[in-house]
Amino acid sequence: MKDLISLDKIAPGQCAVVNDLQSTGSMRRRLLDIGLIRNTKVECVGRSPAGDPSAFLIRGAVIAIRSEDCQNILVSLS
Amino acid sequence: MGLTNHSVGIKAVDSGLVIKKRTPADRVVALAGNPNVGKSTVFNNLTGMNQHTGNWPGKTVTNAQGYCETKNQTYVMVDIPGTYSLMAHSAEEEVARNFICFGKPDAVVVVCDATCLERNLNLVLQTIEIYPRVVVCANLMDEAKRKKIRLNLPLLSKRLGVPVVGTTARKKKTLAQLMEALDSVVTDRKPQSPYLVQYPTCIEHAISLLEPVVKEKSGGKLDSRWLSLKLLDQDESLIREINSYLGEDFLRDKELQAVIQHGKDKLAQYGVTGEDQLKDLIVSALVHSAQSLCQGVAVYADRQYAKADRRLDKILTSKATGYPVMLALLAGVLWLTIAGANYPSQLLADGLFWVQDRLTEFFLYINAPAWLHGALVLGVYRVLAWVVSVMLPPMAIFFPLFTLLEDAGYLPRVAYNLDQPFKRCHACGKQALCMCMGFGCNAAGIIGCRIIDSPRERLLAILTNNFVPCNGRFPTLIAIITMFFVGTVGGAGSSLLSALLLTAVIVLGVLITFVVTKLLSKTLLRGMPSSFTLELPPYRKPQIGKVLVRSIFDRTLFVLGRAAVVAAPAGLAIWLMANISVNGVSILNHCASFLDPFARLMGLDGVILMAFILGCPANEIVIPIIIMTYLAQGSILELDSLTQMKTLFVENGWTWITAMSTMLFSLNHWPCSTTLLTIRKETGSWKWTALAAVIPTVIGIVICIAFTAVARLFVSC
Repeated sequence: MKDLISLDKIAPGQCAVVNDLQSTGSMRRRLLDIGLIRNTKVECVGRSPAGDPSAFLIRGAVIAIRSEDCQNILVSLS
Repeated sequence: MGLTNHSVGIKAVDSGLVIKKRTPADRVVALAGNPNVGKSTVFNNLTGMNQHTGNWPGKTVTNAQGYCETKNQTYVMVDIPGTYSLMAHSAEEEVARNFICFGKPDAVVVVCDATCLERNLNLVLQTIEIYPRVVVCANLMDEAKRKKIRLNLPLLSKRLGVPVVGTTARKKKTLAQLMEALDSVVTDRKPQSPYLVQYPTCIEHAISLLEPVVKEKSGGKLDSRWLSLKLLDQDESLIREINSYLGEDFLRDKELQAVIQHGKDKLAQYGVTGEDQLKDLIVSALVHSAQSLCQGVAVYADRQYAKADRRLDKILTSKATGYPVMLALLAGVLWLTIAGANYPSQLLADGLFWVQDRLTEFFLYINAPAWLHGALVLGVYRVLAWVVSVMLPPMAIFFPLFTLLEDAGYLPRVAYNLDQPFKRCHACGKQALCMCMGFGCNAAGIIGCRIIDSPRERLLAILTNNFVPCNGRFPTLIAIITMFFVGTVGGAGSSLLSALLLTAVIVLGVLITFVVTKLLSKTLLRGMPSSFTLELPPYRKPQIGKVLVRSIFDRTLFVLGRAAVVAAPAGLAIWLMANISVNGVSILNHCASFLDPFARLMGLDGVILMAFILGCPANEIVIPIIIMTYLAQGSILELDSLTQMKTLFVENGWTWITAMSTMLFSLNHWPCSTTLLTIRKETGSWKWTALAAVIPTVIGIVICIAFTAVARLFVSC
């Protein structure tokens, strides 16, 4: 079992698998809606010019998420 | 009495939507789907209507309806807002869910993105749970083909138990299959037996406890399995709706309450206690079902199918090039607008003033009284002619260019690029999308603010939208820049300089937006930036022909029409004010001289300030009013070029300071009346509406006074 890191630590080009979703409230529901459940593969595809938010490829769609929201998404590198 | 909802017994659920059947035989079809899958394009092509389309999620924020027919059936199509799920997390989702649940459609078409089918199935599965008469429309088949995604739709249809058709909504003929499927679904007597999501044992167990009682008590009006699940989930917004749909007694029923408690106890026995826990299990079951349904249905022949998109993203959103490209695109669009509009503007002015001369001759020929000629020709016609010749060419170029960027999918990238600065102001990056819409029309920008979920952040976006100059103000800014800062000689160099200056003005507007947003979130609208997700859709090749037609007919002519409707009476009013005298001085001069001392402080003059006030119904008429007023006072009668216009302005005391102040005030003053009414409607409060007018006005006055004071200091040195 690899160490868990939060999603904001993933560099563009890296892939990871969701292990634990700790977001709460509306953000949690949003993320679940786009299919971000345990064992979902996530790839970081870029960062915005100011360094935040970052864009992630999730189930075929590119979704931008801010770094503080990424901190609640724990993943393991794959 | 027409065929309203009452006469045909259909209750509209969305408060603003009344389903209008043309004949009682019309079948009602809801068009659902994820955001940005081409739902509006399907809707437009089926109904021949012109709902605005564009490549960004959240563009359709209200229900729209239209009509279409096949050989056998007539339909009312209802375009409901795009949503990822029907769990009613946001206003749009609630509208969508309520319509599918309680609007009693005869069928629901779920439009899906064929390139991203698995994720879209989530919504399909949720829809089927509520209502089985569903047709799945896998749209964007052309894009899937281009990305080498092979789809086995018959297999999916077999697995789902509902028709699945592939379409490319841009090509109308591909929709025929969809209509065939609809025909069979609405006429099918025997109920379909679609795929049902299997939930984990604990949930299935609890559902089985509730279902018989729920079925009996609800009288079969809603799907009992689905309703049982929702009652276990304690979905509050749904419970509200159920109260009004099934009657309050339904939930008060002792037997029902007991069985719900029983179900919850059962869940607790399995260790499912928290609300989040149950929701997670439900969502996971949906996602896993979608995943297994898609096994073998969607085959990605080329894993790197989105390579081109990522490469474009590198250019448009990277650290080194993101902002420069954004500025360059803005300046480029403005340059094309200014350079392209120059010549047609001149031509139009020549033509329209030639007509004015003929009209004058005609009035002389029929011996019409001078006042009639004055009011109609020098008043109404001349202002109209000015509005058309100044407005039409820039709009006819700007709107299509803007729509091209919108269709291509660039706008969400702007929001992505600008999210960080907005976050610093405790606001949401999606505000940038509303600002982009504001370039076209501030009222449209304000309606677009609905895509922002947090009410606080939405209000911030509404209150600051006016700092983006709309299309009604562009021509004013362009004319002034050309006359006073670049020279009217023409040539590519001068139009480039004009474009850069205009870009600078817009950047100033954006900076003011940031400052005001920040100030508001430190004072009246205090709060932390909320969480959000922003989808960056795939780039799509815009349909150039369609964009041209649509933006000219739907936007340009519409906006121009609105301006003309305002300009005609305004022209009459100005002429009357200029020609009716009190104590030997015209009313116009009375007003202008009353405003003059204050206006001078701001670097303007009374006439300019009055023009802004009279221009409240539409900013387009500000320059024409200034010209009319000067003409009424002066001796120049012919005015058909910018050079002559400059002469007129200079004769009336304009300097570069006046020009600059006028531009600054045009950027920062009260929103036009349409925008104000829209703000009232969107915020539901006159207080916020007043604030939306006061903030930019105060800022404008302060900036103008400060600028004038400093500039005069320099000039006098």
